[in-house]
Amino acid sequence: MRHGKYPFIIGFLVVPLALYLVFVVGAYVQMFQLSLTDWSGYGGFTYIGLENFQKLWDDPVFWIALRHNVYLLIAMPIITIAMALFFAFLLNSGGRKAGGVWGSKVYRVIFFFPQLLALAIVAVIFGRVFGSDKSGMINGLLPESWTPWLFLADEQWALTCILVVLVWQAVGFYVVLFSAGMGSIAEEIYEAAALDGATKVTLFFKITLPLLWDTLQVAWVYLGIAAFDAFALVNIMSVNHGGPDNSTQVLSMQIYLNAFQNSQAGYASALGVVLFFLTLTFAALTLRVTRRDAVQA
Amino acid sequence: MSEITQSALDRRTLLRRAAAVGLVAAPGVSFLSACAGSDDSSDDTKQATGEKSADNPLGIDPKAGIEIVIFDGGLGTKYATDVDTPLYNKKWPDSKVTYSATQQVATTIKPRLNAGSPPDMINNSGSDLMDFGAIVKAGQAADLSDLFAAPSLDIAGKTVAETLVPGAVQQGTYDGKPFAVNYSFTVFGLWYNKKLFEKNSWTIPTTWADFTALLDKIKAAGITPFSYAGANASYYMVRAIMTSAAKIGTEQVLKDIDNLKPGAWTNDAVKQAAAAWGEVGKKYANPSHLGLKHTEVQLQQNQDKVAFYPCGSWLENEQAASTPAGFEYAMMAFPSVTTSDKLPATAINAAAGEIYFAAAKGKNPQGGKEYLRTMLSKEAALEFTKLTKSLTVVSGAADGVTISPGLTSANDALSKAGQDVFMGYLFDTWYKKLDDASREAANQLFFKGGDAQKFCDTMEAASQAVAKDSSITKFTRS
Repeated sequence: MRHGKYPFIIGFLVVPLALYLVFVVGAYVQMFQLSLTDWSGYGGFTYIGLENFQKLWDDPVFWIALRHNVYLLIAMPIITIAMALFFAFLLNSGGRKAGGVWGSKVYRVIFFFPQLLALAIVAVIFGRVFGSDKSGMINGLLPESWTPWLFLADEQWALTCILVVLVWQAVGFYVVLFSAGMGSIAEEIYEAAALDGATKVTLFFKITLPLLWDTLQVAWVYLGIAAFDAFALVNIMSVNHGGPDNSTQVLSMQIYLNAFQNSQAGYASALGVVLFFLTLTFAALTLRVTRRDAVQA
Repeated sequence: MSEITQSALDRRTLLRRAAAVGLVAAPGVSFLSACAGSDDSSDDTKQATGEKSADNPLGIDPKAGIEIVIFDGGLGTKYATDVDTPLYNKKWPDSKVTYSATQQVATTIKPRLNAGSPPDMINNSGSDLMDFGAIVKAGQAADLSDLFAAPSLDIAGKTVAETLVPGAVQQGTYDGKPFAVNYSFTVFGLWYNKKLFEKNSWTIPTTWADFTALLDKIKAAGITPFSYAGANASYYMVRAIMTSAAKIGTEQVLKDIDNLKPGAWTNDAVKQAAAAWGEVGKKYANPSHLGLKHTEVQLQQNQDKVAFYPCGSWLENEQAASTPAGFEYAMMAFPSVTTSDKLPATAINAAAGEIYFAAAKGKNPQGGKEYLRTMLSKEAALEFTKLTKSLTVVSGAADGVTISPGLTSANDALSKAGQDVFMGYLFDTWYKKLDDASREAANQLFFKGGDAQKFCDTMEAASQAVAKDSSITKFTRS
């Protein structure tokens, strides 16, 4: 059998690898190339050097979008991870023997449920939840005499509404992820600590958290990348594609608008290049900053 | 127009098409003619021709078949299969019409254009439509001059061009030559429930003073007097402001805006229009409508919670399923803003859309044109209107016929306007960035306190930013 192993493996890998090279790597390479052109998206183009990046630097909307991405990048992982850890700890509450809260198995399924919905559906549903008049769910529940909250129509709060949905959608997955991580922590450790008189809070901070570190790190990177995106929600939920008054504008929305609506594919590619490096830098930084020696469980 | 009935986004593409018209004038006219003129590749396919006569003004070969492709969208295809083709065959029984429908126009047609064997008549429409400017540039569209000069099929004593609404031929003209028939016709105005107005004996205002007095009355009755959906339909408000600006200072105001002329947005006419509408927003807006989508506000109107809604004539058909028995759509022209408006109160903004063209390199382009002539007959136009609830560019084809009440009132408004029908603006399709800015500025003006000066300044700055951006292809119109 051994002599046939490599052709076998290569046979399996070559097709997906080729697809990956053509459609993912190829697309990225092309994006870098196109960012140096004035391509409109139709017909030919000429190379214009770094002009697109210059334009981007001078574009106030780019900076607004970037600021919103940074806001999401900080707020979304922190809130999501904190909530997911809290829920996961409740579900597991320091080892299986100690047992989680009553009905924790059912909760786990419920927590995971938002993951199963397509993001577009989530956006449409929450669009209705945050409806700016009495037909919206929250406003509909308020007393008749109250002035409706504007939610997505209010520049002050629109982005926060989007953040709420991002968190709502993500939490369940990380609850399950952290639960699995907690489940793999040896019970003896908890038992020993409990015998020494540790409280649940101490158990969490002294045992669960350090032993969960690798999982947390992965979660942080994933959430960061999700925060750099947020496209579907902004596109479907926001007033006027990133409004009102650019208060929900994000980089991915700008890429979309420029590429497919403004017929400025070159400029959109430049935005894509920037987003590519931002995401890469973020991932590298996160992994570097949060690096710790693995704690043996 | 097919999409007009579907969603706001599609409606845009439709209007863009209506406006592609204007694309026309722009992209280097000399270049265009050079391309179209120097192209003799059509010589290698033998094209069917026949003897020209009074009965056969386009000189088609009565025995040669034609192939037509219709976009299968919101307008359906019944008008082609059940009306146009039988009419065509009544006159030309020996010419076999090969018909097909598609939802993927570019996907199916583009390869055939490039291969030199296109269908003879094509309905370029839908979300997969082809860039018509590029088709004209590539010499793929047949010159329709002879079609428009030919006598109408069933309106005695008039050429085809003479039977059309003002501006219809112009809208399909590129570099001085007509290449497209923009067949369906959208009328823009203020829509209201005729029954509600009759019940309250509210009369239709023509002056701004009457208009605001009526808005006060409506407000007192506990109804939002005027509204639109800020979340995805703010361009309805842009059109309201632009229509008023054109009425104050003629369509030239909009032409200057389209041509990115410095100061076009800070022009007095625009400022007065913005001030007037900003005032309406300040006094009568429901702030929560900024967060609503077009169907939501339109539904509120159907429930008599909103009195006036600025929209195009697709509205009635779009809302057909939600319209209760006590509701009857009617449309009025935008009232005069000042007492010295240069256009009368009856003036109407209306635009042709939905491109049909004959392929220059098909086997039987003259036959394709003859099919278009059939479509532009009064009989075909009327049936089209009945089937699709959309007007056509054939002037007065729907006069005196029972069509839906809303469309009847749009048609009436149109005939009252007479020659004062103007095409509107094209900047929204030429310069998407400027379009985005105008939507945002309209929302700010209407829902956030009505600062006309800020509206003008914001738009002027956005317009000049586009003008200075060398990467954006510029267009002009006159």
